[in-house]
Amino acid sequence: MKRNTILSIAASLVILTAVTLADATLGRFTIRILNLSAIYIILALSLNLLNGFTGLFSLGHAGFMAVGAYVSALLTMSPAQKEMNFFLEPIVPFLANVQLPFPIALIAAGTCAGIVAVVIGVPALRLRDDYLAIATLGFAEIIRVILTNTQNITNGAQGLKGITKYSTTWVVWSCAILAIVFMLALVRSSYGRTMKAVRDDEIAAEAMGVNIVKVKSTSFVISSFMAGVGGALLGHMITTIDPKMFTLILTFNILLIVVLGGNGSITGSVLGAIIVTVLMEALRFLDMPMNFLFFKTDGLPGLRMVIFSILLMIVVLYRQRGLMGNKEFSWDGAFSLLGRKRRSGKGGRP
Amino acid sequence: MDIATFFQQMANAMSLGSLYALIAIGYTMVYGILRLINFAHGDVFMLGAYFAFYAVTALAMPWGIAFIVAIGLTGLFGMGLERAAYRPLRDSPKISIMISAIGASFLIENVGVVLFGGRPKSFPSIPLFDTVIHFGSVSVLSVSLFIPVVTLIILAALLWIVNGTRTGLAMRAVSTDLDAARLMAIDVNKTISLTFGISSVLAGIGGIMRTMKYPQLNPLMGFMPGLKCFIAAVIGGIGNIQGAVLGGFLLGFIEIMIVAFLPELTGYRDAFAFVLLIAVLLAKPSGLLGKNQTVKV
Repeated sequence: MKRNTILSIAASLVILTAVTLADATLGRFTIRILNLSAIYIILALSLNLLNGFTGLFSLGHAGFMAVGAYVSALLTMSPAQKEMNFFLEPIVPFLANVQLPFPIALIAAGTCAGIVAVVIGVPALRLRDDYLAIATLGFAEIIRVILTNTQNITNGAQGLKGITKYSTTWVVWSCAILAIVFMLALVRSSYGRTMKAVRDDEIAAEAMGVNIVKVKSTSFVISSFMAGVGGALLGHMITTIDPKMFTLILTFNILLIVVLGGNGSITGSVLGAIIVTVLMEALRFLDMPMNFLFFKTDGLPGLRMVIFSILLMIVVLYRQRGLMGNKEFSWDGAFSLLGRKRRSGKGGRP
Repeated sequence: MDIATFFQQMANAMSLGSLYALIAIGYTMVYGILRLINFAHGDVFMLGAYFAFYAVTALAMPWGIAFIVAIGLTGLFGMGLERAAYRPLRDSPKISIMISAIGASFLIENVGVVLFGGRPKSFPSIPLFDTVIHFGSVSVLSVSLFIPVVTLIILAALLWIVNGTRTGLAMRAVSTDLDAARLMAIDVNKTISLTFGISSVLAGIGGIMRTMKYPQLNPLMGFMPGLKCFIAAVIGGIGNIQGAVLGGFLLGFIEIMIVAFLPELTGYRDAFAFVLLIAVLLAKPSGLLGKNQTVKV
């Protein structure tokens, strides 16, 4: 085995051990942030696959997350829980008594999101740029409207409560590491290169014999699968879901992470997810009443989101490449950086 | 359904359609000149309504002056928005400009939530717009009659500006070819800024008229109309002013009529526009009145 592979496996194990330890020792609030970061890593990677690697600007992520969250929640809930939730209108019979183990439900969530992506992708992927963005946004809204109105399947606007909390620290971080490894493998494969070719110049790629429709739809389906899984994990973490959760604001948050981290950089998405999640929670005080030296403000709900919008604007206007540009972390790069420091350190000594 | 209800719904559809048309024109003008979906347009519409609200309530202006002030401020705001969020990115990839537009939209909405408060505000009633007019058994709010008339007047003025003045000529030139227009000594930045100004003025007028009809304001009220009007512009053929009007009316009519004739679908109301959009994009991607464009290599 090569040195870098060993190092990567070791790093993954260290991260998993660290988060398991953190889970045992830290408070609930900190663990929540930790888990949310992992879920956002998955979501950011899935959006980056579309936006950064295939050049498809999609604004429909919240829709796929909603599909995943609902599928997994409905498949894992016990019949008794379902009866409690569906008090306005009983649930359709074929769902009433289903209860599957969590891993199967998670895969089903991703698969359903993927199937929806196939259905949406056939018409939508014929469009380009901003038209695609609007069409995917439209589909996400349609999904949300359907979820709100199918009372006997999704419980409508009331949403689902009391979803089992399967998203433990260990589960979400394993999924996140899996997603990172998968993305790295995908991007480095010949398939990943065709995706980048489509992103950089569609016409040239087509002239070189790349099947554009196939590449685009594969990328779209994979991304939606990941979004579905991410949505399911999110649902199992906060244990209540309703259609209002899955609006454009959610997609905006993920887009913020991708842009901040660097469009087309896996490392960037990971760093961005952690930074944004931590900041989101750390800046929560902004929404609370504040006490300055001379004047007191009442709570200003929304100030936090103002800061985030400004952050996004600053990044877009002044540092379009984000934190990482399209560069990646690599062991070789890290070692050469370390080596350079050591050498310069040596040189400095008399 | 009797004939009176039908006319009632027709009046509703006319005023909703005119509102959509008015905002859709803003989208289509900006898209025509910059190839940019101005995501923040719906929020400019929201600001127009709030400016009018504060001018009437906080500054106690008479409504006529208040509306003019609000419309002017909205126009200036639109120009400022272009200067701050879009001009620095003129030569950047399309995705960056779009992200900037989305960011601007969220920034305006969130600043709105902080400044105006999240709770809906209600606009004081203005008698001229609030009287109920009876035509036999049909009764409509007077504002529902004002809206289509104002829209038609504005449309006429706009068509004159675009087709009959030198400024309009510059706009059409920039929209056809930005670089060539610059070579012809057209001040491109000024023209684009002016386009934003006009489109924001229209959004401001739309925002005020909407609050006359539904006197509830909240900082997120621009989001859905914004999306729908963009859809209206695309349906009509983006970049084409008559197309935007056609799309706006079409969308307004379909929405009102489906809710009126098929009440069991009311919950799906917000999805109609998107279904229509996707249908049009698939059948005729350049919109009903748009010209087909081929991508040059």
